[in-house]
Amino acid sequence: MKLRIATALAALAIAAAPLAAPAGAQELKIGFVYVSPIGSAGWTYQHELARQHLEKTFAGKVKTTYVESVPEGADAERVIRRLAQEGNKLVFTTSFGYMDPTIKVAQAFPNAIFEHATGYKTAKNAGNYIIRFEEGRYLAGIVAGKMSKSGKAGYVAAFPIPEVIRGINAFILGMRSVNPNATVSVVWVSSWYDPGKEREAAEALIAQGADVIMQHTDSTAPVQAAEAKGVYAIGYHSDMSKFGPKAHLVASTHNWTGYYQSVVEKVMKGQWKAEQYVGGIKEGMVVMAGWGPMVPDDVKKLVAEKEAAMKAGKLAPFQGPVKAQDGKEVVKAGAVMSAKDIANMSFYVQGVVGALPKK
Amino acid sequence: MIEIAEVVVVILVATLRAGTPLVLAALGELIAEKSGVLNLGVEGMMLVGAVAAIIATLGTGSYMLGALAGTLAGIAMALVFGLLTLSLRANQVAAGLALTIFGLGLSAFLGLAYRDRPLDGLKPLAVPGLSDIPVIGPLLFGHDVFVYFSLALFAAVAWFLARTRGGLVLKAVGEAPEAAHALGHDVLAVRYLATAFGGATAGLAGAYLTLVYTPMWADQMTAGRGWIALALVVFATWKPGRVLLGAYLFGGVTIAQLHLQAQGVAVSSHILAMLPYVATILVLVLIARDATRIKLNAPAALGKPFEPGR
Repeated sequence: MKLRIATALAALAIAAAPLAAPAGAQELKIGFVYVSPIGSAGWTYQHELARQHLEKTFAGKVKTTYVESVPEGADAERVIRRLAQEGNKLVFTTSFGYMDPTIKVAQAFPNAIFEHATGYKTAKNAGNYIIRFEEGRYLAGIVAGKMSKSGKAGYVAAFPIPEVIRGINAFILGMRSVNPNATVSVVWVSSWYDPGKEREAAEALIAQGADVIMQHTDSTAPVQAAEAKGVYAIGYHSDMSKFGPKAHLVASTHNWTGYYQSVVEKVMKGQWKAEQYVGGIKEGMVVMAGWGPMVPDDVKKLVAEKEAAMKAGKLAPFQGPVKAQDGKEVVKAGAVMSAKDIANMSFYVQGVVGALPKK
Repeated sequence: MIEIAEVVVVILVATLRAGTPLVLAALGELIAEKSGVLNLGVEGMMLVGAVAAIIATLGTGSYMLGALAGTLAGIAMALVFGLLTLSLRANQVAAGLALTIFGLGLSAFLGLAYRDRPLDGLKPLAVPGLSDIPVIGPLLFGHDVFVYFSLALFAAVAWFLARTRGGLVLKAVGEAPEAAHALGHDVLAVRYLATAFGGATAGLAGAYLTLVYTPMWADQMTAGRGWIALALVVFATWKPGRVLLGAYLFGGVTIAQLHLQAQGVAVSSHILAMLPYVATILVLVLIARDATRIKLNAPAALGKPFEPGR
């Protein structure tokens, strides 16, 4: 049950925005649509950091507006349309469920440019962009493998969809690359956001012997739970070290600033073209941040080496041989899994404990 | 063997913790509903209580003052609801929903500056000697103050309703306000008190979340617990004992299914996620399946405004 008062407030804010600051003739007006409250960590927070970066970098040349807590669905189209109507010439829609509304509004506003995150549809004036999140998961797995004493990691996960499964697999592949006997147990909390349940899930995993907690949910509660129980945790989306100074090994964070800046520059120069952009470690969109003081330098060095290998195109998380849980080889030695197979992943690799829930 | 016992103890301790905010919020709502006031704003009152509690604790360093601030914030929210529905006789369902929406927005606004500031969290009591006894120690002496307070509150509410004159008046106001009015009882005053009590416990339940359960503030962190507390009151057919049972059952099944998953049990996570709801509803419906008795228990004037002038 998520009632979205913030949507209404934000809509009011938009309505008031033009009154507050009349747009200069040369200002590029840019709109952002966020799926959740900005908060102090998490998915939306990372987009917000990039927006603030634009305001600073292009001071006086751009005017940005954002609307937070916009539910995916009919309401999203209304908000995107509204932003376009108000003269935003560039609109970033930052959640998967905004894909169809974005394309629809893009067709109605041929003079504006739209950029949609994590989708796969494009139009003449609508591009999309995505991060190879799995690269960060793989590197986090290496850190977990090096730091875990029991060789058992715990993973607090939201829903069994390909995006989440991919992260779990990349994580254990990374962990096994340094500790071949490592395992990861998964607890599904059936919610993207429920701090209480996320904490209990982390504690259940810790009770089963996990000494590194990884998460694919939105609150910082798993990190806090790890801190309270004296085990390690790895943050996701944002640096979560504030919530577990003794637990937080590192976080795999998303950095949208470089991409947003390049889009704005292209739009200003009139060189923008719709494309499907994919970025990862190499492009600086996945950043390992918030290293804890307990992580020794050789582990950081190892991660830096692996990062360099990824940048050089010599290492990919789903690089063969990759074996599924039942022992079947899904990627042959020397081969790399195709982007399409990665996008549709619906099986566990070896090292994940338990069966994947049926959909 | 010892390992199994340890896991069971861990699950039971976590159950008490997960059930406590539900017990607190549901007991308050039960009293409000017994007086004939249906307040759907529990979620909103909890959120405002939660944010008030963490602000006060961060400001003063005292968990006691935090709990007090949460309680008072809940009461303030409840009085807004009381003003609308009791004095101005607005529709209770609509006003309650509005209170929840208002609480979501207000708490997010008040909490803006506190999102980055985790607390240490109120630690469980440690009774020297007793808390260290295996099994019994953690089960009986290893909880935080809120857990014991919620149990004491349960006893007090059960006793108040069943054994006191005040409880009788409360029920009379909820069953037949005109009759209670004719007997000289101030219906509105009773309902204001009951509504405020509901706000106080909802605020305290919120305080439990930010001070103990997940010691930090995050927007909408109640994640629907207010609505579950509301549903518990109905499925418990307005009986405190069943509210307690339902809350712990819900908390217990939630925790148990997480532990099952952690052990790698191959059951669909969707079914496991459903389990707490299904189990709680099933058990409460089965023990209260006599339709006439449910009718007898439901306050006859629930949700109906009272106009003393008529």
